[in-house]
Amino acid sequence: MRPLIFGMNGWCIAVLSMMMLGLCDAAESGDPFADALARLNEAPLNEMGEAVDRLAGIKDARVAPVLRALLDGRLYYRKDDGAIVFGDPAEDGLAIVNVLDGDALGIVAKFDLKKIGVNNALRATLRETLGRLELTAGDPAQRLKAVEAMSKSLDEENLELLHARLNTETDAKVSEAIATALALADLANEDKAARIRAIRALRGNLNPDVLNRLNRLLEKDDDGQYLEPDSDVRNSAQVAVKSIESRLALYRAAETVFFGLSLGAVLVLASIGLAITFGVMGVINMAHGELMMLGAYTTYVVQQLMPGHLEISLFVAVPAAFLLSALVGIAIERGIIRFLYGRPLETLLATFGVSLFLQQLVRTIFSPLNRSVATPAWMSGSLEINGALALTLNRFYILVFCLLVFAALLQVLKRSRIGLEVRAVAQNRAMAKAMGIPTERVDALTFGLGSGIAGIAGVALSQLTNVGPNLGQSYIVDSFMVVVFGGVGNLWGTLIGGFSLGIANKLLEPYAGAVLAKILMLVLIILFIQKRPRGLFPQKGRAAEA
Amino acid sequence: MADYAKTFRQIGLALSAAMLLFGAEARADDTIKVGILHSLSGTMAISETTLKDTMLMLIDEQNKKGGLLGKKLEPVVVDPASNWPLFAEKTRELLTKDKVAAIFGCWTSVSRKSVLPVVEELNGLLFYPVQYEGEESSKNVFYTGAAPNQQAIPAVDYLMNELKVKRWVLAGTDYVYPRTTNKILEAYLKSKGVKEKDIMINYTPFGHSDWQSIVADIKKFGSAGKKTAVVSTINGDANVPFYKELGNQGISAEAIPVVAFSVGEEELSGIDTKPLVGHLAAWNYFMSVDTPENAAFITKWHQFIKNRKRVTNDPMEAHYIGFNMWVKAVEKAGTTDTDAVTKAIIGIEAPNLTGGVAKMLPNHHIAKPVLIGEIQDDGQFQTVWQTKSLVEGDAWSDFLPESKSIVAQWTAPINCGNYNTKTKKCSGQKY
Repeated sequence: MRPLIFGMNGWCIAVLSMMMLGLCDAAESGDPFADALARLNEAPLNEMGEAVDRLAGIKDARVAPVLRALLDGRLYYRKDDGAIVFGDPAEDGLAIVNVLDGDALGIVAKFDLKKIGVNNALRATLRETLGRLELTAGDPAQRLKAVEAMSKSLDEENLELLHARLNTETDAKVSEAIATALALADLANEDKAARIRAIRALRGNLNPDVLNRLNRLLEKDDDGQYLEPDSDVRNSAQVAVKSIESRLALYRAAETVFFGLSLGAVLVLASIGLAITFGVMGVINMAHGELMMLGAYTTYVVQQLMPGHLEISLFVAVPAAFLLSALVGIAIERGIIRFLYGRPLETLLATFGVSLFLQQLVRTIFSPLNRSVATPAWMSGSLEINGALALTLNRFYILVFCLLVFAALLQVLKRSRIGLEVRAVAQNRAMAKAMGIPTERVDALTFGLGSGIAGIAGVALSQLTNVGPNLGQSYIVDSFMVVVFGGVGNLWGTLIGGFSLGIANKLLEPYAGAVLAKILMLVLIILFIQKRPRGLFPQKGRAAEA
Repeated sequence: MADYAKTFRQIGLALSAAMLLFGAEARADDTIKVGILHSLSGTMAISETTLKDTMLMLIDEQNKKGGLLGKKLEPVVVDPASNWPLFAEKTRELLTKDKVAAIFGCWTSVSRKSVLPVVEELNGLLFYPVQYEGEESSKNVFYTGAAPNQQAIPAVDYLMNELKVKRWVLAGTDYVYPRTTNKILEAYLKSKGVKEKDIMINYTPFGHSDWQSIVADIKKFGSAGKKTAVVSTINGDANVPFYKELGNQGISAEAIPVVAFSVGEEELSGIDTKPLVGHLAAWNYFMSVDTPENAAFITKWHQFIKNRKRVTNDPMEAHYIGFNMWVKAVEKAGTTDTDAVTKAIIGIEAPNLTGGVAKMLPNHHIAKPVLIGEIQDDGQFQTVWQTKSLVEGDAWSDFLPESKSIVAQWTAPINCGNYNTKTKKCSGQKY
């Protein structure tokens, strides 16, 4: 039983909810806002809609913030006196503010408050109601959201408000959204000319609602009669649908390419470190995936160490992950791999053992449960290009990040002293040694470089997938696949190989499904390797024979 | 003389060794062994470790109450390491070497299927605590998790009746549980008049992490002007990138709600749940349920595990119910003998944590309430709907043509896990 709020009034509501509403007005406290507010707390979830409507019907400046808070889950009631408050997280508890008079009531423990919950149906109602109230808000983005919410139910009241707003609206995007909403409403106009005008206005519009509504004009009912009686209107709808669909097809293709590129970027990031250790040094490192996992866990630790600086945590995590994974990599090379050069099978088994060891180590330190790595706000959501094409920001940034890492790595190998030495040792170890290059040190540093890049890849992966002990396992096969496909020992091959595998996978997926697409990719690679055993970009010259 | 002394010493040693052995034997007789068969390493450790701890807590608590039949309970923990054949081996070890009275364990259906022949051969007892696809009833297994009619069907009913959903995406990981559940759901939806073109079925590999195209497809499927919902049997781990992609592509719970059968409090504790608020899950238990029993259970759990942040979830409740039922059945039978306990346990009632009473049915499933909850930003669920009464677990789905006329009844006169009501025959196929 929730506590009753305004004594007499609360009692009244409690009694009347069993009989009928509305007779009790005479006894209420006189402030309609306070009464409607109290109802929010008392109503069971399936009657909350009425309570919200009642509140929205009151002309009071306090209404919109209350509804917004209810939608955002910031509205609470205090258990001891039943006061309805806004709650915002503060240190050890919630800072609460009384809704009725705006008085700050200090910080209380979460236990003393109970959240006023909403469900999906109610959220939709709230958004629409808020839309009506916020249509005149100062922020164009807020107005745009308001228009979108109102478009979902175009009743007369909403249409009137939208008509009125269209004349005073200054922002182009908002005006366009209003015009679309009004045209959609006009599709049901009784006047034929108005319908045709509306269709014309909607031509080329990529809003999914538009295509649905236009398509419905062309549908037949059960008796085989067109739903739209007039053939002129139907013809003009047909033209509009065609124009929209051809544009949609174009954007869908663009979307698929983007999906492919972003999958490719993940593959390239995961395999580029391997391209160095496997490609340049010839070491089969089965623990490569676990080095990525370490990078992902580093991101988690960095976020734990600097709470409140979520937005910049990734910039700290990238160098930290590089260092940690590079050090672990060097330790593996010095401790195990260097004794096994030239014995690939033993190396494979030893590094596989290392990978199991690292997994269990992480399980012991962090528990077998996945860790939650937060995504900064600038990486969430998507970049809306138009109604049909939106690029998800996290994927977009990872694509950019992948290209940056690749460019940086290429520069290191081409321009720096260590890069020169790495290439020299890779080409001809004995000759390099004769020239005074400390090959052992170069081996360690090369392995460290490859491992460090795996760590960086882990930071990127932490934004896409689970951070858990098994993170590495799911990428190790893909990484080897990319390196072998691209051509061992060639960074460009890895880049092109990763992107082409990504795009090919995404092209196959809609037809074959995710499971079959993956199998088909493996079959294609096997066939390809049969034809070109050295991959896309084989090494040429004497180095290749060595 | 020296020789005598030596002989004496030898006899003494032999005697003390024998006494030690006897002592151990005597102590072993004083306890009742309970096997705990949950993976503590490998892929499934993420979910199963918690259940091992739950069992240790329940056994510890029972011992504090004085044990069972005047004896202490002794947990025997083994680690099958997420390796399905190892599950069978460890079961054999528990039953033959340790001679446990009952086993509480398994998570995935494939591990249960691998254990089944062993418990049947050695006449052991297995309590299986996870929601599963049904189509099975073994004499030696008690299913305390939900059968499809205790989770999937009510969830679909909720979407259909309360949210007026007309178009359905059935998305799952590619293995036996999602495939069977989706088969049942598809048949159920069609029986309710949903057309073929309004159902989209999609399977993904284990641990799938690149959801871009699938989420884009769902978005496209959902923009046909009819209310659309996703019924997800996606396995735990792959859910995080799935929900992230949904959030990033701007699909809100209001537009296309996702109802999941494998996402509970434990899985959510590894996710930033803000973009997920409003998506749904169907279970028989939520940690947020406000009952005295649940509050007491959560407090005990936090004290036992010494971490106030740990959550409780549905399979934990299933073990709680299953363990209490087993204890009551053993007390009723007066012995831990498998045949006596399986006979005694039918009809036994034990309180669940959501304020009701669970009852063991003759088909070895239990009666439970079904709850639908919406995900909140703190990783908990808010119950938005629940069945008015308990739902009885149905081993063989009524919506699949091949199992329509099959029932399981482990009481006389039928005494069969696969009885065909049409031909009046008990199939030799046990599972």
